[in-house]
Amino acid sequence: MGSVIQVSGVRKTYGAMVAVDEVSFEVNDGEIFGLIGPNGAGKTTTMECIEGLRRPDRGTISVLGLDPFRDVYKLQDRIGVQLQQAQLQKRIKVWEAVDLWASLYKKKAVEGKVLLEQLGLTDKRDAWFMNLSGGQKQRLFIALALINDPEVVFLDELTTGLDPQSRRAIWELVRGIRERGKTVFLTTHLMEEAERLCDRVAIIEHGRIIDIDTPVRLVDRHCPERSVVLATDDPGAEERFRAIPRVETVTRVELRYTIRGRGDDLVTEVIRCLSENRIRVTDFRTILPNLEDVFLKLTGHSIRE
Amino acid sequence: MMLRGLWKLTWIEIKVFLREPMGAFGTIVFPVLIFLGLGRVPGLRVAGSSGAGSSYILVALPVLVSLLIAISAVLSLVTIISIYREGGILKRLRATPLRPQTILTAHVIVKLILTAATLALLVAAGKRYYPIGAHVPFLSFTMALLISTWSICSIGFLIASIVPTARFAQPIGAIILYPMIGVSGVFVRVESLPPALHAVARVLPFTYAVPLLQGIWSGEAWSAHVGDVAALVMVFLVCTTLSAKVFRWE
Repeated sequence: MGSVIQVSGVRKTYGAMVAVDEVSFEVNDGEIFGLIGPNGAGKTTTMECIEGLRRPDRGTISVLGLDPFRDVYKLQDRIGVQLQQAQLQKRIKVWEAVDLWASLYKKKAVEGKVLLEQLGLTDKRDAWFMNLSGGQKQRLFIALALINDPEVVFLDELTTGLDPQSRRAIWELVRGIRERGKTVFLTTHLMEEAERLCDRVAIIEHGRIIDIDTPVRLVDRHCPERSVVLATDDPGAEERFRAIPRVETVTRVELRYTIRGRGDDLVTEVIRCLSENRIRVTDFRTILPNLEDVFLKLTGHSIRE
Repeated sequence: MMLRGLWKLTWIEIKVFLREPMGAFGTIVFPVLIFLGLGRVPGLRVAGSSGAGSSYILVALPVLVSLLIAISAVLSLVTIISIYREGGILKRLRATPLRPQTILTAHVIVKLILTAATLALLVAAGKRYYPIGAHVPFLSFTMALLISTWSICSIGFLIASIVPTARFAQPIGAIILYPMIGVSGVFVRVESLPPALHAVARVLPFTYAVPLLQGIWSGEAWSAHVGDVAALVMVFLVCTTLSAKVFRWE
């Protein structure tokens, strides 16, 4: 599996403000790659440098073997782009937008009608852009990004501002794009989105990449802690929980215990302890860390702050 | 390939413009209504028999109205470009293989078509009140107006580069463009202006649009106005070169 995007040592400043610095990564053919970080971390700047819309001050970028700045028209013919916070003409009809976009590419376009059908916009084809819902607009943007049957699709903050139901529908669409063999490069500040959708993610903060890997490996590497929360009225329980190997802390609030430790075996050990000592529990939950925790650990603050 | 994109974009922009509640009405119908309204004012009414005494009105008025049409087209261009920049529409189009200049050319073409349409409508509607001599070469006059509008559009892009937000596009554009008519020679001869204004007038497209429009309207030959057309082309080239440096896409 080769890489379709190579970014190396990219730096971009706006006046005195350093937007991104020393950014390097590769995106593999056929994967969904996510650039995640809070607003203002440099996600959009990085993406727009790769799309050829901005010129980096330093560093090299190659997309499909092309220089995004020098070969921008050649590149734009082969990629699909969804921009953050970019609208369309208020009173353009859905089919007109698709028709216009189809006429802009040298490559043979995907059948617009089929695309609208796949994205559930067929009955909206005569609607004005301004009268579409947030989810419908985003689906139209995806349609425009796919109209030239691109090899790489760029999606910037695709589901921001959408309700959970539309969000899930969009995730399904993005997975569908990957299934058709395309490479997807997306940015998001939603950790759940990155976790569910991305094959690999790069965490970016203050314009620098902190770490890159699959969501699972990032969690394992940075947040090996596991927690079990259970409820019991057994008076001797706390003592026994503390004796479980690799348990670090046991905290109790009334009859509810939180057992924290490291490693995948923690849950098994807790269950064994419960059964060996015949401790009766009325509730049992495990809490696994996620990308949100990884981000907190790496940056010292929540992504929402 | 690029021509196909240009044509599609132009056509869509025309349709989108006509769907604006104020679009067609504001730029095409409204000037015509004003024109007709003026025609009902007895003092301004030019009867076909009024003879040579009204030659000022017969030449100056159509030229003035034409300039107003051109300015309203350019103002509309400035406003639309600002709205499109603010809404990220320009940026979205730039992310396609469309060349940046193709995007802007489409808007200029739309404005030229609307200018021609307004002029045609005015002539048709005004026939009753402002009978125009058979000598007026309409096709040539339309051409002259389109060349003038095209040249003024290039100033529109410079204005669009400096307006901070779409809300200010219309007023700022109006403040810059309307006074230009004052020194254009349509009211006072350019030669009789104070030196400073005279110097300003010399670099403005209106100063060349006015004699061109007046001349063509009075039946003069194009060959008598090569200098005016050349000056309008120069203004376009200079402003476009400047715009290419200062124009903001987002």
